[in-house]
Amino acid sequence: MAKEIICAGFGGQGVLTAGMLLINAGMEQNKNVLFYPSYGSEMRGGTANCTVKISENLIASPVSKSPDILFTMNTPAIDKFEERVKPGGLLLVNSSIVPADRSYRSDIQVIKVPVTEIAAEENNPKGANLVMLGALAANSDLFSIEYMESAIVSFFEKKGKGKFNEKNTACYRRGVEGR
Amino acid sequence: MAKVLLKGNEALAEAALAAGCRFYSGYPITPQTEILEYLSWRMEEVGGEFIQAESELAGINMVLGAAAAGARALTTSSGPGFSLKQEGISYLVASDLPAVIVDVMRIGTGLGDIAQGQGDYWQLTRGGGHGDYHTLVLAPASVQENADMMAEAFDLAEKYRHPVLIASDAAIGQMIEAVEIPEFREHDINKYEWTIKGCKKGCEQRKIQNVYYTNPNYETYLKEKYDEMEREEQRYENVCVEDAEVVLVAYGISSRVCREAVETARAEGFKLGMIRPITLWPFPVKAFSEAKEAKAFLTVEMNILGQMMDDVKLATNANYAVDHYGSIFEIPEADGIIAKAKDMWKKGEI
Repeated sequence: MAKEIICAGFGGQGVLTAGMLLINAGMEQNKNVLFYPSYGSEMRGGTANCTVKISENLIASPVSKSPDILFTMNTPAIDKFEERVKPGGLLLVNSSIVPADRSYRSDIQVIKVPVTEIAAEENNPKGANLVMLGALAANSDLFSIEYMESAIVSFFEKKGKGKFNEKNTACYRRGVEGR
Repeated sequence: MAKVLLKGNEALAEAALAAGCRFYSGYPITPQTEILEYLSWRMEEVGGEFIQAESELAGINMVLGAAAAGARALTTSSGPGFSLKQEGISYLVASDLPAVIVDVMRIGTGLGDIAQGQGDYWQLTRGGGHGDYHTLVLAPASVQENADMMAEAFDLAEKYRHPVLIASDAAIGQMIEAVEIPEFREHDINKYEWTIKGCKKGCEQRKIQNVYYTNPNYETYLKEKYDEMEREEQRYENVCVEDAEVVLVAYGISSRVCREAVETARAEGFKLGMIRPITLWPFPVKAFSEAKEAKAFLTVEMNILGQMMDDVKLATNANYAVDHYGSIFEIPEADGIIAKAKDMWKKGEI
């Protein structure tokens, strides 16, 4: 079965990079992977999202009607996609900016992590998406915690950005801890 | 070569270079602009010419010039921009010139919108410009096929000295999959005797002209060319067609969802199959002879009118029920396709 993930947030919060990190991790395990971004006339500060599918089998549609995992970085992302999450699925919430009193569907697992604050504490404000990926790895069976970390490291090395990996893995590990 | 992650549009651009394309002239339009953007820096690295033309018209006519000189020339567009290229395509056909033109289809008539669509089927397959012609049309269904079809398109274009169109769509163009780019091969622009060069004094002058003016037997020549394409170049993929009671017909991104529909329906005991045209023209009539148990055919296309139904009726001599499952703005969904196919099957029983 394909694992389907939607990553959504404000432009600049790294949701598209998070999607790329996930399909890169899948590809390095020789799985079929697909990434479909929202595209078109987006504006700075507007919303961005992508759909990711990872599967042993051929992948059909690039869109996801009912994702297994919803990776959100802000409130509009939850407003838009929460209802689609598969019953029993996982919703990852950025509790740094989503109000604490917000209520959620009762038939899904909701994990709240203050990813923006954690990334700031780690002096890596752009690493909030990596904190969330840590939470994703710790709370799903998509990839093992160790494998996801190694795939993140190799992704940035391939991009010539290996020198940031120490800071990046620090963010990722805080996400695994969830605090 | 190892697999890399690329957008469909980028994979197509890189594969064009791998196929020996060294001339590109085009104009930006969503959802194909990544091809232009990618080639704007990458073409220079491989020693080719990239021109952002002042319009689509200029772009296609520069391609005509480059093709006449023997280069593997490419232009790409979408929707309204692709319409503007039709005059040039007609001239390429008339001049017996090879070239590859990509249409990354978007939705709608007029300006339409930037969402994925498959509304250009008639324009692609019927000869979108003036005159009396067809072009070969290849329809990729994945990022890998976007890459693999480029060399095939250029080879076919030169085999027939005829433009070849690629019918991509916004979904195939925008999505990222793991892809293996084919090996780079060189194209010698002096490979063919018909290409025009500078002419030294005393050497025989070559001309690229309308074949109607230069070939006294043009009628037979052209008819035979199209007959040969129809005979030799039909490409398709049949999925569970032999015992299928309802056969889906779909290409591009829609065919991927149909494959899922076939698997799901068969798991429920409903014998569904799919014919996937890989060439839209020539339409793969041969694929239909395998559908021996079929009661009905259902095209699945991202358009309103079910443009491919005409070709399915012709391919089946109008002996079967033919209907259309259309989706607008959205990629079709397997559940809806199966429901409609079952509906057709029930009507067939009565």
